[in-house]
Amino acid sequence: MNIGRRHVQTLLSGLAVSALCGGLFAAWYVYEPALDRISRPERSAFDMGTVKKGEQLATVGDCIVCHTAGNGPPFAGSRPLPTPFGTLYSTNITPDERTGIGNWSQEAFARALKQGVSRDGSHLYPALPYEHFTHVTDDDIRSLYAFLMTRQAVVADVPENKLLPGLGFRPLLAGWKMLFLHRGGFAPLAGKTEAWNRGKYLVDGLAHCGGCHTPRNIAGGEKRGSEFAGGLAEGWIAPPLDRSNPSAGRWTEASLFAYLKNADNGSHGIAGGPMGPVAEGLSKLDDADVSAIALYIASVMGREGATPDDGPAIDNAQSASTKHPEGADLFRGACAACHEPGSAMSQQGRLPLSALTSVRMADPANAASAVMMGIPAPSGGGNLMPSFSSAMSESQVADLLQYVRARFTNGSPWKDTEGAASSARPEDER
Amino acid sequence: MTSYLNVNGRQHAVEADPATPLLYVLRGELGLNGAKYGCGLGQCGACTVMVDGKAVFSCLMPVRALAGRAITTIEGLGDVTTPNPVQQAFQEVQAAQCGYCIAGMIMRAQSLLETNAAPSDEEIRVHMQPNLCRCGTHSRILRAVRSASDKLSLKGSPAGTK
Amino acid sequence: MTIDPLLSRRSFLASGGIVVAFALAGPALGQLAGGGEGSAGPPVLNPSLPGSLKSSPYLDSWIQIDPEGRATVFTGKAELGQGIRTALMQVAAEELDLPPRSVTLVTVDTSRTPDEGLTAGSHSMQDSGAAIRNAAANVRMHLERSAAKMLGVAVDAVVTQGDGTITARDGRSVSYAEIAASLSLHVEAIADAPRRQAGDFRTMGTNVPRLDIPAKTTGGAAFIQDMRLPGMLHARVVRGPSEGTRLLLPPEAEIRAMPGLFKFVRNGNFQAVLAEREWDAIGLMRALQASPFELARDPFPTGAVGETLKGLPSRDIRIVDVHQPAGQPVKRLSSRFSRPWLSHGSIGPSCALAMFDHDLLTIWTHSQGTFDVRRVAADLLGMSIEKIRAIHVEGSGCYGQNGADDVAAEAALLALQVPGRPVRLQWMREQEFGWEPLGPGMITELSAGIDANNRIVEWRHEVWSNPHNNRPVNAGGVLVGNEVSPPFPIPEGKPIPMPEGDGSRNSNPLYDLPNMDVVYHFVKDMPIRVSALRSLGAHLNVFSIESMFDELADAAGQDPLAFRLAHMADERARQVMRSASGAFGWKDRKKTGQFHGFGMGFARYKNLGAHCAVFLEVAVNQDTGRISVRRAAASVDCGEPVSPDGIANQVEGAIIQSLSWCTREAVTNTGTLRTSFDWSEYPIMRFLDVPESIEVTVEKQSGQPFLGVAECGQGPASAALANAVADATGVRFRDMPLSPERVRAAIVTL
Ligand code: FES
Ligand code: FES
Repeated sequence: MNIGRRHVQTLLSGLAVSALCGGLFAAWYVYEPALDRISRPERSAFDMGTVKKGEQLATVGDCIVCHTAGNGPPFAGSRPLPTPFGTLYSTNITPDERTGIGNWSQEAFARALKQGVSRDGSHLYPALPYEHFTHVTDDDIRSLYAFLMTRQAVVADVPENKLLPGLGFRPLLAGWKMLFLHRGGFAPLAGKTEAWNRGKYLVDGLAHCGGCHTPRNIAGGEKRGSEFAGGLAEGWIAPPLDRSNPSAGRWTEASLFAYLKNADNGSHGIAGGPMGPVAEGLSKLDDADVSAIALYIASVMGREGATPDDGPAIDNAQSASTKHPEGADLFRGACAACHEPGSAMSQQGRLPLSALTSVRMADPANAASAVMMGIPAPSGGGNLMPSFSSAMSESQVADLLQYVRARFTNGSPWKDTEGAASSARPEDER
Repeated sequence: MTSYLNVNGRQHAVEADPATPLLYVLRGELGLNGAKYGCGLGQCGACTVMVDGKAVFSCLMPVRALAGRAITTIEGLGDVTTPNPVQQAFQEVQAAQCGYCIAGMIMRAQSLLETNAAPSDEEIRVHMQPNLCRCGTHSRILRAVRSASDKLSLKGSPAGTK
Repeated sequence: MTIDPLLSRRSFLASGGIVVAFALAGPALGQLAGGGEGSAGPPVLNPSLPGSLKSSPYLDSWIQIDPEGRATVFTGKAELGQGIRTALMQVAAEELDLPPRSVTLVTVDTSRTPDEGLTAGSHSMQDSGAAIRNAAANVRMHLERSAAKMLGVAVDAVVTQGDGTITARDGRSVSYAEIAASLSLHVEAIADAPRRQAGDFRTMGTNVPRLDIPAKTTGGAAFIQDMRLPGMLHARVVRGPSEGTRLLLPPEAEIRAMPGLFKFVRNGNFQAVLAEREWDAIGLMRALQASPFELARDPFPTGAVGETLKGLPSRDIRIVDVHQPAGQPVKRLSSRFSRPWLSHGSIGPSCALAMFDHDLLTIWTHSQGTFDVRRVAADLLGMSIEKIRAIHVEGSGCYGQNGADDVAAEAALLALQVPGRPVRLQWMREQEFGWEPLGPGMITELSAGIDANNRIVEWRHEVWSNPHNNRPVNAGGVLVGNEVSPPFPIPEGKPIPMPEGDGSRNSNPLYDLPNMDVVYHFVKDMPIRVSALRSLGAHLNVFSIESMFDELADAAGQDPLAFRLAHMADERARQVMRSASGAFGWKDRKKTGQFHGFGMGFARYKNLGAHCAVFLEVAVNQDTGRISVRRAAASVDCGEPVSPDGIANQVEGAIIQSLSWCTREAVTNTGTLRTSFDWSEYPIMRFLDVPESIEVTVEKQSGQPFLGVAECGQGPASAALANAVADATGVRFRDMPLSPERVRAAIVTL
């Protein structure tokens, strides 16, 4: 999968800036002591309730997604994060003592999560979203620790990060943290319901939604004051979760709940790109927590208590095919089997393309990504949508996208659809 | 509208709606049987053919997108008297029950072996993952691909077409 | 509770032998061709003959020898991808003592071959194999007699040579070709024509490459989907998304004006479009299917399968009622098992061709019941049956009754509308998923007790199921029959009596238990359209029995294999368990960690078909719930093996398909729709999840009658999986599918 190209790029260029600042102002800040190794705690050291709670929290945090490689064992790390500056590999967080975190104390674990410092005192890359985890309560960290320490220990060495010379110098990270790591616990907002506060706690903390849905500044930190204004993730645009979401009118608490819990619902398309695994993870989360998240996001979108406001489906079939005859042909041959009225999907009540955020957004990136990379069904289910990267050239995909945009929206034509198609081409086919 | 298609090394002029998926042109206009209709949704691989060396779902491949591209179907690999190495391996292993999925399987395997004559077992499984078989012939299909690959990599030649 | 004494086993259990008793089924076998599904087979004319010879005793209806000395052999069975064409050819070649290339096999065709009922229920080798073997032995006997006469020697002084010649001791020989001209085969078979002996076999028992594979691997015309007739029109039916829905179409004048349309056909609620090109037919179908639809039947049940079935009235049928003195139970266990509604999921959606020309209707079909296709068409169209010919052509694997029968009747109706033009009708993927009859959802409740010596002394098994036997035998059995005006009523489902059974199939344990109560709660009202799916009720019944055996073995602190052997008298059953366990290395199995385990399952299909034991090694992932089957070893005893590799191929496939059913499959629906309409909503097993190795041992049972093999693995494989997962996780899963979500939820915090 195409991981965080743009995201990591800004993040790493930020490292250079922070190197300077860090170097100048914070030499004292760099040093963190190693914490003692412990022998791996027995299963009996943890009670079932704590482990169960930790399981739910790990589900919120989606730890398994980043810490599992392709078809590799869960939590054993080695998932590559390729960037223009080199490749980062996620770590093994199974309780193996040599290659995992088996000899980490709870204190070391908490320090890593909340301060981005490894047990041995080295600084961790902010690919681990400690800027969010820093808000997590100690009690929750304890549960998470219990859950991870009771996983199957997997002996799996993780490859060395392959970064360009200079960028692999971890003390630089200390400077970055000084600028962007805003420590501090979570304070519930008075006047808001318990569920809302629970939702905010989860969203801002473990779920780290802002990691993708908040824009980043030049130095790769999340922009303060622009929370949830939309960001980037793995080549996809993470749409804004605030009022500027192009489909805001379609979302309600109920539809957000359904989207997060089941990856699809009657009022929006399915979760695609990196959101797919997130929704798959959330399907395992207790309904109460999913609805708390939905409630909070709905309030950020200004849709708290709102009823759906779908507007009529848009279908300018005639004019679109006059404007884009090639795109129209490609659509009839390649897309109609699912997306035309009368298709199997439409008969099942799936929404027309005019309902999808990816089609309504001003940037064609997500639509292009869906066409070029396809959308996998949740684990093992094959494709929801196949990839067309071998079937069509970039210019053909560009025509197709223009047709889709013209037919299913009244918005202005997309710019540079060919460029969008080309940057959405899967990494291994470039 | 006339579309010009290069199928198995031969040029064909086809009178068809340019939106027509390749599958229906191969079967209906060119009389080829190999590519099969299974789902028409890009989910089963029964219709797999190769375009410019890559495995594609012909059921979602409008002929309009095919001008100037090289299309290979199972008929282009070999025939009953001279099967190509992949077809031969499937025959030797008796890798078919009903066989409906098999032409698509062979084409997907061919596309792998043309770029990687000696894949690992894991690479074979991952590559074959898009194609479905309901009869449960998987273990024989894997054996057939393995055996074709072993023979090809011994000979050091890429998986040949006719 | 009303009890139907359909079968009282008490009488023959008293004689001590279940196997012997089932052999008594004699005269019923003709009627049970195809496992008792479909219409009754043809009348039995000579009950002393083996297999389908009972109903078609004349040799020339099975075998003809042409002037070149080559044989044409006729079977009323169909190639379904199970390799029967090759196996039957081998049987014929062996007993005729001809090389395989001199034998041509003609599969079921109503105007050429005998009616052997359905190709189903693992009956083909039993019915047709036995018939062809005997007929061929008869023909060889006649050839030898003629040769002896021509050479002027005694009949025991001539021998066939395997190449179509017969030689006398003095070296003179005569060929089949020379005899053929004067030999009439319009004679009745005798039961005891001398058969060739195992030691002399040239073809049977060897791995003759399957005849159909070369075409299937090179793009030959191998399937009905590949048939192209001159002037052929392409048809698509126009329907709502799933069974019971009705489209509200635009006015007919509007439809008739659609570009690309050759003809629009409507009869009651049945609608179809015909076009010169397939792509046009699809486009027209889609345009019309964009119309709104309504549900024209009762809403579908959305609760758990047990809730649904138990909420419907049932008729109770006593299957086994055995009571013998036994020890006192010291431990009792009760468990409930279920499986959901399953799809056949053929990779190629159903297809049929039909042509009405000069008053004759020809239907090409891949249905398992070619003769029934003809009956259904005659009923539907009000035609005389003599005017209809149905020919079997291979389709994609069907595994029971999928849409094949429906689409054949639809094509026939359409052909009548365009005399002289052949019509090819293929269903779309979503039509197959939405409208085919499903494999019924089922539940069982078992309870059992063991005594102080770890012997099972009590056994109770109750099973709730819809009929699995809704094979169409008249127009009411196919969709179009219910849609035309006036509609034909849907026939009432009926149970198949034991020993074959349907929901009750294999509910009678083969084990030696002194006390057994088995009751079939036959639920006739079908909330979802259902019919036969490979192995019928045996899948859940064997799953339940074999799970229960492991639960009891565990309670008794015994090894699962040893516990089974201690309760099994049948020597062939013991043998497959022993040989599979040996190949698997059961005795030396060693768990390498938590969530790693081993399990076995056994059954003799219907207690009168093939014996099959399956052993599995699994690893279960605690965090994903994914079950990886590391390896499988199976042993199968299907009597005299004709094509050992073909048998192994079938069993390998059965294991993988059964594992797919058991670990991920369930048809989903709302109150109005079946929602599993594509492969993302109905995932089946793919390459990354199939066992890393499968080893199948085929028992050599020289001289034993043929037993069908196709369905014997379904029950044992699913049972072995549940047992291995229980061994690996300590958690017993009793509801299929053992999906990653369910497994994970149960074990993630262990
Ligand atoms: S028919 Fe093309 S993928 Fe299924
Ligand atoms: S062999 Fe029948 S679908 Fe693969």
